[in-house]
Amino acid sequence: MSKKEISRRTFLNYALMGTGGFLAAGMITPMVRMAIDPILKPKASGSEVAVGSVDDFGPEPKKVDFKINVVDGWHKAESTNVAWVRKLEDGSILALSPICKHLGCTVNFNDPSGKPNEYFCPCHEGRYAINGEVILNTPPTASLDMYKVTVKEGKVFLGEKEKNPRGGVKG
Amino acid sequence: MMQKMYDWVDERLNITPMWRDLADHEVPEHVNPAHHFSAFVYCFGGLTFFITVIQILSGMFLSMYYVPDIMNAYESVKYLQTEVAFGVIVRGMHHWGASLVIVMMFLHTLRVFFTGSYKKPRELNWVVGMLIFFVMLGLGFTGYLLPWDQTAYFATVVGVQIAESVPIIGPYLKYLLTGGDIFGALTLARFFAIHVFFLPAALLGLLAAHFIMIRVQGVSGPL
Ligand code: HEM
Ligand code: FES
Repeated sequence: MSKKEISRRTFLNYALMGTGGFLAAGMITPMVRMAIDPILKPKASGSEVAVGSVDDFGPEPKKVDFKINVVDGWHKAESTNVAWVRKLEDGSILALSPICKHLGCTVNFNDPSGKPNEYFCPCHEGRYAINGEVILNTPPTASLDMYKVTVKEGKVFLGEKEKNPRGGVKG
Repeated sequence: MMQKMYDWVDERLNITPMWRDLADHEVPEHVNPAHHFSAFVYCFGGLTFFITVIQILSGMFLSMYYVPDIMNAYESVKYLQTEVAFGVIVRGMHHWGASLVIVMMFLHTLRVFFTGSYKKPRELNWVVGMLIFFVMLGLGFTGYLLPWDQTAYFATVVGVQIAESVPIIGPYLKYLLTGGDIFGALTLARFFAIHVFFLPAALLGLLAAHFIMIRVQGVSGPL
């Protein structure tokens, strides 16, 4: 078996690159880890907020404002969220987020510029049916998100946003 | 792959001579610790630069989380130190590095002094070195205020009062540093600006001048 010789130059090259790489990595690793921390942090699970009793809501979507606690780094604040809440035919509660699934403007139900019984987005005329279903061939590519709804002792609690499983409809 | 990319660029821009000029530069025997171990004293300049690089990098990353505002500065430092992974390490690098860079600079200056390297024709580089020294002290002084805790605040109060005791220009100097009648929001904002923009820019310019002069004049001869 013949050993492969390496030249003095190659050896020194490797030794130098190894040492240099080690030094650089020791410096850079903590800094990069610190910079990318936001994407590696586990998401804080949001709390549930009461927005009224089941009887407050009927088939017609009703706009409710509710306060949530936002933790923004070292800054803690209250911020207001909006939901459009309606009672479905089977008696369950649907709470839609008014954030447009196109580019994030705020939609409105029964908007004077839109069509009756639809959500309308003023930015690029995106439209959604009453349960948030996107009207096909308008700019949004998905149906409006829904808040997780829990009903406890007749009270409606809204939690985190989830994807709306309803597909698009023709309009 | 790498070789091909290098060749592609080299063919167009002829970059080989640029780094070859540095790589083929001979290190004289009397500054090479492999020949005389005592020559390690010649490393202190390079070590000062190494720590300066750490300061600049760690400072850049710290300013991703730090805000220079009296209501939030302390909270943001506390947040980056306790909530952000490795934040405590990066702040530690900057905190201890700030002292270590002064130590290295001092040892480097001692070497220059005792080898008589400041003599003709290198007087100008001694002067530039002294300017670097003052810029470093300025960085340490302005950076120390940034965490906005008790030590930071009162160290700066004392430091600015020392500046105020300078004859004639003292009071103006104090006003310029605090940016107003009290040590507060304006002081913190301007210390931050000086710490992360003005002095690092000055430092880089001076370091460039320092290194170019060394290259032109060569390392001073053996004792
Ligand atoms: C040789 C150069 C430098 C020296 C000697 C230095 C020194 C200091 C010192 C003594 C502190 C206080 C640290 C503490 O008490 O924990 C500090 C804080 C800080 N420095 Fe620097 N610094 C340098 C360069 C820089 C640069 C280039 C930047 C940014 C581009 C920077 C950004 C910061 C920030 C954001 C803080 C506040 C965070 C903290 O207090 O931990 N520094 N610096
Ligand atoms: S943002 Fe709503 S349609 Fe474009």
